[in-house]
Amino acid sequence: MITFQELKRSFFISLWFVFLTFPIMVIRVDSIEKTVQWRWMNMLYVAVGAFILSLIFRYMMRRKEGQSADDDEETSTSDQHLIHRWLTVPRYRNIIYGVMLTLALVLPLVFSTYQTSIMTTALLYVVLGLGLNIVVGLAGLLDLGYVAFYAVGAYTYALLYHFFGMSFWIVLPLGGMLAAVFGILLGIPVLRLRGDYLAIVTLGFGEIIRLILENWGEFSQGPSGVSNIPRPSFFGIDMSLDTALIYIYYLMIAFVIFTIFIVNRLQNSRLGRAWVALREDEIACQAMGIDKMKTKLAAFSLGAFWAGIAGVIFAAKTTFISPRSFTFIESAIILSIVVLGGMGSIIGVIIGAMVLILLPEYLRFLSEYRMLAFGAILVCMMVFRPQGIIASVRRTYTYNKKETADGEGA
Amino acid sequence: MAQPILHVTGLTMDFGGIRALNNIDLDVNEGEIVALIGPNGAGKTTFFNCVTGIYQPTKGEINVYNKHKGRQISLLGMKPNQVTQQGLARTFQNIRLFSQMTVLENVMIGRHCRTKSFIIGALLRDKRTLREEEEIIQKSHQILEKIGLTRYENEFAKNLPYGAQRRLEIARALATEPVLLLLDEPAAGMNPQETIELVSLIQEIAAEGQSILLIEHDMKLVMSLSERIFVMDYGKRIAEGTPEEIRHDPAVIKAYLGEEVDA
Repeated sequence: MITFQELKRSFFISLWFVFLTFPIMVIRVDSIEKTVQWRWMNMLYVAVGAFILSLIFRYMMRRKEGQSADDDEETSTSDQHLIHRWLTVPRYRNIIYGVMLTLALVLPLVFSTYQTSIMTTALLYVVLGLGLNIVVGLAGLLDLGYVAFYAVGAYTYALLYHFFGMSFWIVLPLGGMLAAVFGILLGIPVLRLRGDYLAIVTLGFGEIIRLILENWGEFSQGPSGVSNIPRPSFFGIDMSLDTALIYIYYLMIAFVIFTIFIVNRLQNSRLGRAWVALREDEIACQAMGIDKMKTKLAAFSLGAFWAGIAGVIFAAKTTFISPRSFTFIESAIILSIVVLGGMGSIIGVIIGAMVLILLPEYLRFLSEYRMLAFGAILVCMMVFRPQGIIASVRRTYTYNKKETADGEGA
Repeated sequence: MAQPILHVTGLTMDFGGIRALNNIDLDVNEGEIVALIGPNGAGKTTFFNCVTGIYQPTKGEINVYNKHKGRQISLLGMKPNQVTQQGLARTFQNIRLFSQMTVLENVMIGRHCRTKSFIIGALLRDKRTLREEEEIIQKSHQILEKIGLTRYENEFAKNLPYGAQRRLEIARALATEPVLLLLDEPAAGMNPQETIELVSLIQEIAAEGQSILLIEHDMKLVMSLSERIFVMDYGKRIAEGTPEEIRHDPAVIKAYLGEEVDA
């Protein structure tokens, strides 16, 4: 099983790790008493840990390669089949959806407000992820400035309330639409760009929006942000903080369902197919008569729309927003949700959002190591399942079903 | 005399200082199979790219006959998707399928330019959109049947054998209901058996009145299929005529085999 060669390699890897972690794990300078503590035991822990982990990693890699050597396609689809069979057989699907919905509805009654609040945030990221999924997962346009549209939505509500006293329900669609307009504004100049170039421009766009919000004091109140944003109202009834948070949670559930419904329809339409074709091959796509401009702009604006909606809800939930909520790291997290969950797959994005938002919360007991653990999980994920938690396979199935229906009709 | 469906005059294309196409005149009549041949680098694919709107030519006219309007329409300045809308559909020399989509979906993309529904339709799924979707699936299915790819229908395009991928490209182009089908080296990389099947496929398509312009290096295929051959070298026309004429044309022989030094 484990050869001498492998042991030797793991040994060197652990030596390397000892060397790398030496300054932070072993030396501790006590600046008050001006002494240096040498924690030699830590070195041993690192060495043993790295040794074992590297053996496990190697073993997993070998198993994975063995699988892909058998047949790459077969194995990658077979485990998807299980999940997707569950989701395509209507009876199972309804049961699964029913269970998920009941769990979601019962959650605030069982758990504390804190848990509900975290869940609301996770759901917010589900909407964001599904929106970005249109742009990145379906149309294949790498957008690193997605958070800009989120900011547009949030500030639309904050400022429209601040200056004109407009209510949540009026601003909600407005925020979405304004974000969509910004999506088109970004889309027009980057029509001819692809891949890395597009990523850089969108990254810049995200920063521009944030910097404007930070520096245009009269307009956005600058870095101090906008506070006292009202929570969504419910027929004018006064609510305590707890009830209000639970109310927002239920609103969020409704929005997520609405988003899934819409995104699913878009995905399975003529437009959705055009997006995928655009992702696969831009030149062939045009040669087949697809209007590149129209299709790309539709992707940008529809993607941005959801970010705008999510932004309005975010502003209403936290009641305070500042430009610091909309840094690049947010874009990166949303992108990770899409990539980790599985590009182009709705279920994948939902699970991705849950994992990426809830995991850091529940890893809090690891205190200072939580981000380290989080990073390690991400790396392992991408090594062992680069296609994401649930890769998208929608096409084979839906069309298969339609096809047999046709066959019977003919 | 009926109008030619593709009417190209004085087509010139410069890339910096290099003249890739020099004053090309070419007509394709309805129901005709025309072959475009020439040594490597003669400008054949450049010609295709100009005609289909991927390149904008430096000079010249490209017109296509629009049956509904009963007159020639200039393709100059049109984007590739508009050209396809006007009825020119092409395949690519190096296969350009949508590899992560199923075979059926690839053909369905071809129907894109003949259908209309957009965001609103996708969201509402109204009767018209559903009917349109149904029509797309039906037509795509029929085309796959004709091309003989039905058994691969739900496979990813990338998993198809090479010959089938080439045929799928043709199927996808046919789905756009082209007035003229442009095939860029359809037999490239095929084995003899696959080439024979391809020839009979193209003959079948042509028998239904489809006009075809094809680039090909396989001389047997060109000679057996085409009614007229257009020979290019260094971006210029060097000969045009029936297969029999081309076979004995001294300029063509010179371009392909070179000249004897001491002649």
